[in-house]
Amino acid sequence: MSQLPRPDTAELRAKYPGVFDRPASARLAMPTMIAAAFAIFVYGLVDLDFSPTKLISGMSQLGWIAMLMIPPNPGTSFPLYMQALGETLSIALLGTTLAALLALPVSLLAARNIIPSNLIRFPVRRFLDSIRGVDTLIWALVWINVVGLGPFAGVLAIMVSDFGAFGKLFSEAIEAADRKQVEGIRASGGNALHEIRFGLLPQVLPVIAGQVLYFIESNTRSATIIGIVGAGGIGLQLAEQIRVLEWQKVSFLILMILIAVAAIDFISSKLRFAIIGQRAVV
Amino acid sequence: MARPFLSTQLRTGLQAPMATAVSILPAQQLATLEGAYRKSVARKRSKAALATAAFCAVLVIAAFGAEVNLRTLFTYFGNFVSYFDRILTLDSGARVWTDPAEWFWGWHKWLKMLGETILISYVGTLTGAVLAFSLNFFAAQNTSPGPWVRFTVRRLLEFARTVPGIVFALIFVIAFGLGPMAGVLAIAIHTTGALGKLFAEIVENADMKPVEGIRSTGASWLSCMRFAVLPQVSAGYASYALLRFEINVREASVMGFVGAGGIGQELVVAIRKFYYSDVSAILITIIVTVFIIDISTGWLRGRLFGKETRR
Repeated sequence: MSQLPRPDTAELRAKYPGVFDRPASARLAMPTMIAAAFAIFVYGLVDLDFSPTKLISGMSQLGWIAMLMIPPNPGTSFPLYMQALGETLSIALLGTTLAALLALPVSLLAARNIIPSNLIRFPVRRFLDSIRGVDTLIWALVWINVVGLGPFAGVLAIMVSDFGAFGKLFSEAIEAADRKQVEGIRASGGNALHEIRFGLLPQVLPVIAGQVLYFIESNTRSATIIGIVGAGGIGLQLAEQIRVLEWQKVSFLILMILIAVAAIDFISSKLRFAIIGQRAVV
Repeated sequence: MARPFLSTQLRTGLQAPMATAVSILPAQQLATLEGAYRKSVARKRSKAALATAAFCAVLVIAAFGAEVNLRTLFTYFGNFVSYFDRILTLDSGARVWTDPAEWFWGWHKWLKMLGETILISYVGTLTGAVLAFSLNFFAAQNTSPGPWVRFTVRRLLEFARTVPGIVFALIFVIAFGLGPMAGVLAIAIHTTGALGKLFAEIVENADMKPVEGIRSTGASWLSCMRFAVLPQVSAGYASYALLRFEINVREASVMGFVGAGGIGQELVVAIRKFYYSDVSAILITIIVTVFIIDISTGWLRGRLFGKETRR
């Protein structure tokens, strides 16, 4: 066996002081951070009334509930649930479409390459940010106050909260668009509207369509929960059945949601590829 | 040499404007080309029109399904505007910003609830991240010990991710009783699902050569993960966990709607009982908190991971 050359430790130490003699601050940074994170965690557990007895009794309750959920059984209300599911899908589709239609013109105002002046762009951006800062469920509560209980409030809630998200995403897509095509339109004598219509939109629309489809997908999930506060759809049924402890119906409803979400995922990913080709930019 | 050439160019340009500069094809060739262009545009247009018509039909069906009633909207749209007018008015009839002390009369209580909200999302995110961390090596294609383990873990994570957090909260409120504990557990489970998938994707993108190196020294699966994979992926993990924390603060702010703790409880009471100025005050505290959390985690991500932040 050949022997590896024996390393000269002293020489190596002198050569790479950063590896052998790291300063105490660098060596202690990671353990300190972990300890601090753990300390906050423990403080949180105490402050939020965690106790082992509560945890164990809750777990056994949960076990009972899980046992009672099997087998999933809709009873006689299957047609009602299918209708509620249809309502949920409608809420997601309509809310997202309306949000996209409203957000498109506003996103032009928020894009740097369309409106160079900070004076308009900044307030528009902050406005969109604060709309996004409020959760969909809160918007649902507000709209229920306005148009009453029912799926229509859900549509409006999804519309408003997505309006904020779309405004931001669309304006980012517009800012990422290539300047050259717009310049080409201007060079051939087009006005500002022509520049947007023929230079910008053909580049931006496929990206936007991809994003809208993606949001329809994720809004199917949101639309299932806004029913919990009374804005229609399958969430309403789910919340009611949980409150009256009909666990077999609950598990059936959850199963329906899972299947519906998987189906929408599948369809929209197919459509997304069809629209934007193989360059899946989302 | 250059000067006469330039001048002839200029002269021809003056004599015969543009038309000679751009060569024009013979009329017959042009007609066929134009016809082909028209046809292809028409085909594209009719396709787009068909897709639009189909989409509109689906929308109309959806509008019936969602009981969209434009008359209700028009009748009550004034309510939506006046709702914001009302939540910005104090009981005394003055605008809220004329008397901030009266507007934020409950700031002490609300700040405490906000603290609770942030703690719920912190504890939930950390628990979820630890669970996701312990599961993700089983879910990733390149590190999973066996296909069956991988399949089961993937389905589990998918389940935890797809069922909305607030549905878990509804069930946990019944099992564990009202209070923040149900919210923490709901957020932890949802986070496990979401982070487990992202973590597994990071691991799948990791370089497998170090693993071979470690395995060739006779190390166990656990050592391979610890010394070959973990150093490559830990930065990505922390980045995603911070991003998730941001999302969870929003989620925790509505957990109170179903009795699972946090500021949502105060908000839902204020909305349902029409304490108008309280609604705006609580909404503003929530929005400001979310802003602060967004900005500070963004800053922290930038500090910790430099330019390669994953977003």
